[in-house]
Amino acid sequence: MTALAATVRSELIGLGGIVERNVYLTKRYFLWDLAFMVWTIANTLTIVFIARAVHVPAAEENVLATSLLVGAVIWAFLGIIFEFVTETVAWERWEGTIEYTFMAPLSRSMHLFGMGAFAVLYGLIRATILFFVVAAFIGVHMPDANFGAALALIVIASFSFIGIGMMTSVLPLISPEKGAQLGFVMQGMMLVVSGVYYPVSVMPHWMQAIAKISPATYALRGDRASIIHGAGLAWADVWPLLIIAVVAIPLGLAIFKRGERYAKQHGKLKRSG
Amino acid sequence: MSSLAVSTSSGTSSRTGVPAVEVRDLRKEFRRRDRRAGRFARRRMPALKGVSFTMERGECVAILGQNGSGKSTLVRLLSTLLIHDGGEARIFGHDAFRETRAVQRLVNRVSVEASFFKKMSASENLSYAARFYGLGPAQTRVKIPEILERVGFPADRRNESMENLSRGMQQKVALARALLTSPVLLLLDEPTTGLDPRSKLEVQEFIKAVRLEHDATILLCTHDMAEAESLADRIGLLDRGELLFLEPVDAVKRRYGVETLEEAFFAATGREFEAEGDEDDEIREVFG
Repeated sequence: MTALAATVRSELIGLGGIVERNVYLTKRYFLWDLAFMVWTIANTLTIVFIARAVHVPAAEENVLATSLLVGAVIWAFLGIIFEFVTETVAWERWEGTIEYTFMAPLSRSMHLFGMGAFAVLYGLIRATILFFVVAAFIGVHMPDANFGAALALIVIASFSFIGIGMMTSVLPLISPEKGAQLGFVMQGMMLVVSGVYYPVSVMPHWMQAIAKISPATYALRGDRASIIHGAGLAWADVWPLLIIAVVAIPLGLAIFKRGERYAKQHGKLKRSG
Repeated sequence: MSSLAVSTSSGTSSRTGVPAVEVRDLRKEFRRRDRRAGRFARRRMPALKGVSFTMERGECVAILGQNGSGKSTLVRLLSTLLIHDGGEARIFGHDAFRETRAVQRLVNRVSVEASFFKKMSASENLSYAARFYGLGPAQTRVKIPEILERVGFPADRRNESMENLSRGMQQKVALARALLTSPVLLLLDEPTTGLDPRSKLEVQEFIKAVRLEHDATILLCTHDMAEAESLADRIGLLDRGELLFLEPVDAVKRRYGVETLEEAFFAATGREFEAEGDEDDEIREVFG
């Protein structure tokens, strides 16, 4: 039992180390992050302004703007999670620390969860700022919004997002040059079938079928309901997210470990790829 | 196997009564693109061809070899960064390919590239590395200043970004990183390549001090024959993936009836020993 407690303690310290490192790096790159935030705000505005161009009654325009805003913010949030988790390998390779990290006695699950935990925290902060800055700029009214429920649903959805991110984070191990970009392909594909700026019902039936296994579908649907209509946390959105997380996390870990084994067999676990 | 377990700072047992390193018929090959044979054709490039040797606890062994000789491949196999194609390697009795976690707790390394997060300071980089080995903030607050002082790193530069430090300074931090986790096996892969003479001497003196003060076993891979002679108990020659000999320097000279290691290299291989440039050359040659 003592040995188990020591192992758990050691693993948690390792997980904390990953979060700590990302805090250091975020502080060092603060101005770059600020510049990226400006870009994200501008990009979100280009989407939300579409609501202004559609000539509908003011109340409907407000609902449309809020709906687009929720889609754009979740797109940005997912982007941050995929960026951080996918760059688990890419960033270490770029800095040259990859060999030291992968020869350390930390389980890969804690390593990836550490990246995921920081990504969720950081992503939530950025998504919150983005949401309120754009809402204020456009003048969106959300009198019934239930922000608590919306936040809780995003946190629940994050587990499945991290699981899927783990699957894509292996790509830079297999293709050091182009692997990281493929993570963004996965992000885009997930959102396109999840109704990021439109209802899922407008898509062809085969895409609607895929939407059922995408966690973003439930995150978008639930958050829109909470922010536009003030709905609470709906079990109909929560249980699919929990099931997807239970499948995606072990699957993501298994895929990553397989990729790591491939990299160790072929000598790709090194600085120069 | 009757052996007494010695606990390391990281909690893993390094069994006494067993060799520190036991390598038997270790083989590794890589596939390299072969354009002459077709666009997608690959050919097998052997990096290690059945290498066998043993190291005792507390011993310092230097492996000499030129670019592409397999030195880095050997270090990376023992660091659990590569999976072998045959043979076996044991670190204090633990299988390096099956008991990787146990091996990882016992081993650390310093390579030719210092490799740090360049925007982070020396203290931050060391904290990050230490966390992977289970050292919490309370421990690192005490240990990091101590270890940096021991490697001769100036206290007033601990919080400066790594990118502002000289190559010699960075290599001192790399040594500190390796020692912070109290490894019982230290793998030094060209630790002084590219350093100015003063920094090189400082690093070499520090390696000697580590041997005296810690109970560390050291495997030093280098192309610097003087360095090998000055630091190691035994010297091995790895040539094109084969270990040609591994014995005390005097025995090597006697074996070939020569005065210097350069002459011994020539006698063993029939070629002149040429000084190496960048360690990455080896990787390029092996991986293509």
